[in-house]
Amino acid sequence: MDNHVVIKAEGLTKKFGDFTATDHISFEVHRGEIFGFLGANGAGKTTAMRMLCGLSRPSEGNAIVAGFDVKDHYEDVKRHIGYMSQKFSLYDDLTVEENLKLFGGIYGMPRKKVAEMITALLKDLGFESERKTMVRSLPLGWKQKLAFSLSIFHEPQIVFLDEPTGGVDPVTRRQFWELIYKAADRGITVFVTTHYMDEAEYCDRVSIMVDGKIRALDTPDNLKKQFGGESMYDVFYALARGAKRGD
Amino acid sequence: MKALKYLLVKEYKQMFRNIVLPIVFIILPLAMMNVVPKVATQEVTHLNIAVVDQDHSDLSRRLVQKVSASPYFNLYASCPTYGVALEQLEKGNVDFILTIENDFEKNLYRTHGAEVMTSVNAVNGMKGGVGNGYLTQIIQQYAREISVDEGIIAAPAAEVKSRFLFNPELAYKPYMIPALMAMTLILLVGFLPALNIVGEKERGTIEQINVTPVGRVEFILSKMIPYWSVGLFIVAFSIFLAWRVQGVIPAGHVWEIFLFNIVYILTISSFGLVISNYSDNMRQAAVVMFFFIVIFILTSGLISPISAMPEWAKKVTLLNPLRYIITAMREIYLKGSSFHDLLSQFIPLTIYGIVMGLWALKSYQKNG
Repeated sequence: MDNHVVIKAEGLTKKFGDFTATDHISFEVHRGEIFGFLGANGAGKTTAMRMLCGLSRPSEGNAIVAGFDVKDHYEDVKRHIGYMSQKFSLYDDLTVEENLKLFGGIYGMPRKKVAEMITALLKDLGFESERKTMVRSLPLGWKQKLAFSLSIFHEPQIVFLDEPTGGVDPVTRRQFWELIYKAADRGITVFVTTHYMDEAEYCDRVSIMVDGKIRALDTPDNLKKQFGGESMYDVFYALARGAKRGD
Repeated sequence: MKALKYLLVKEYKQMFRNIVLPIVFIILPLAMMNVVPKVATQEVTHLNIAVVDQDHSDLSRRLVQKVSASPYFNLYASCPTYGVALEQLEKGNVDFILTIENDFEKNLYRTHGAEVMTSVNAVNGMKGGVGNGYLTQIIQQYAREISVDEGIIAAPAAEVKSRFLFNPELAYKPYMIPALMAMTLILLVGFLPALNIVGEKERGTIEQINVTPVGRVEFILSKMIPYWSVGLFIVAFSIFLAWRVQGVIPAGHVWEIFLFNIVYILTISSFGLVISNYSDNMRQAAVVMFFFIVIFILTSGLISPISAMPEWAKKVTLLNPLRYIITAMREIYLKGSSFHDLLSQFIPLTIYGIVMGLWALKSYQKNG
């Protein structure tokens, strides 16, 4: 396998009964890339992402993530990836520090290193005063930043972000993308889904899913040329307009 | 197994940060050990009785006095005729009528035999049966007394004498309290695990755990161990309360109680976790667990003895973990049975616990 390829999906498919949520998708993601995974609601993005994270078993096909296949060695995959789900999923009855310590411990990081990293991280985010705050009382934007920081806390090779900026104000969204760029600079591959077309422009490459299939995959500039649009919005609209699914 | 430590810290913090749970861990055993034995008693006292004394003799008055002096009966009315007394029974004022025949004293002296009639309101069958038993006992005692005092041999030709083993007063408390301990445990360490994992599913936090390389065994143990410790605290607290408040102490060894409860808590907390693993939301888990708890309690021998059940029902109770713990707890408390004698309860309960534990582990899927 090419050393630069960190995700390689081949005919990845998930069926729920008669319904094919993700329909034979194949693509590659390179190391250090910010890969935008676009699609209308119900296009099958989250299902595909859950398979890549080893949370869901593929019905057909397979994918190699961080050197391990998601069908049989999903627990090995999990050691090398981070994941931030669409729904906020940190423990809101634990403090900021307790959440970080818990996940640091689960990944087997040494206690001393965790303590140092927490101090550095909170300083970076300007969260020092929130160390002992219950997560439930943080504002949404802060929660999202914390969730992202936690998903890359164990320094994974790849981080999967499922609509990380949903419901977040534009300023915080901007700050959030700065965090993503920082992570990419550190060599972490970022796999991100979003509905914001300005965010799609920030990605190195973008794929667009319609009705469970990948209909386009290229850099934002090339996609605009290919579909004759001014912006990613035009590209997305041209493709997703014909979608049969969605709400 | 390094992650287990961190997961346990999390579980304990969450448990004790919950405003309600720690209070319930104290209040429920207090209620079960103090209040329930008083209000749910099956001992029948102060039954209202009407007497129809048609004889008005010394001997008949002596019988009436004996009945009204008993703690079981409360002489509600003396009626001139059976008809008047029956009216009182129909109104619900009395549940028993004792009728003494006209020539009661004369017949006793002359023929060494006389008749009394007892009438019982059997709407509440248990109350009627128990009260009738008491009344019969009082009349037999009366017959013995007059045979000594007056030289009248009026006692029945044969008399049944019962000798109750292990619980000579047939007291309700030492019989019910060990069973109530088992019930307290299933309400807490059976019910709470059933809501736990599914609660994490609802909040979405389980996703963040499932995407880590955490081991399934560690995760399930982190869910089980806190309930184990809480359960054993409740056992110790209940034993203490039963002793200090109710004066009930086990005839057998305390370590036997703990050994049984360790296995019992494993069984019911795993049972709860299995339900939690298969449920999609907390409401579903609560309803399913509630269903099982009600069935388990009703078929456990807590209320009606298993030996009185039809054959098929007896077989069904073999699948009830409460049956084993309640039988064992009663034997430890009342009989002081040796551990060897308790093996017939211990072995099936242990098998049950192991099967449930493995099932809890198997039903937790990190990759659906």
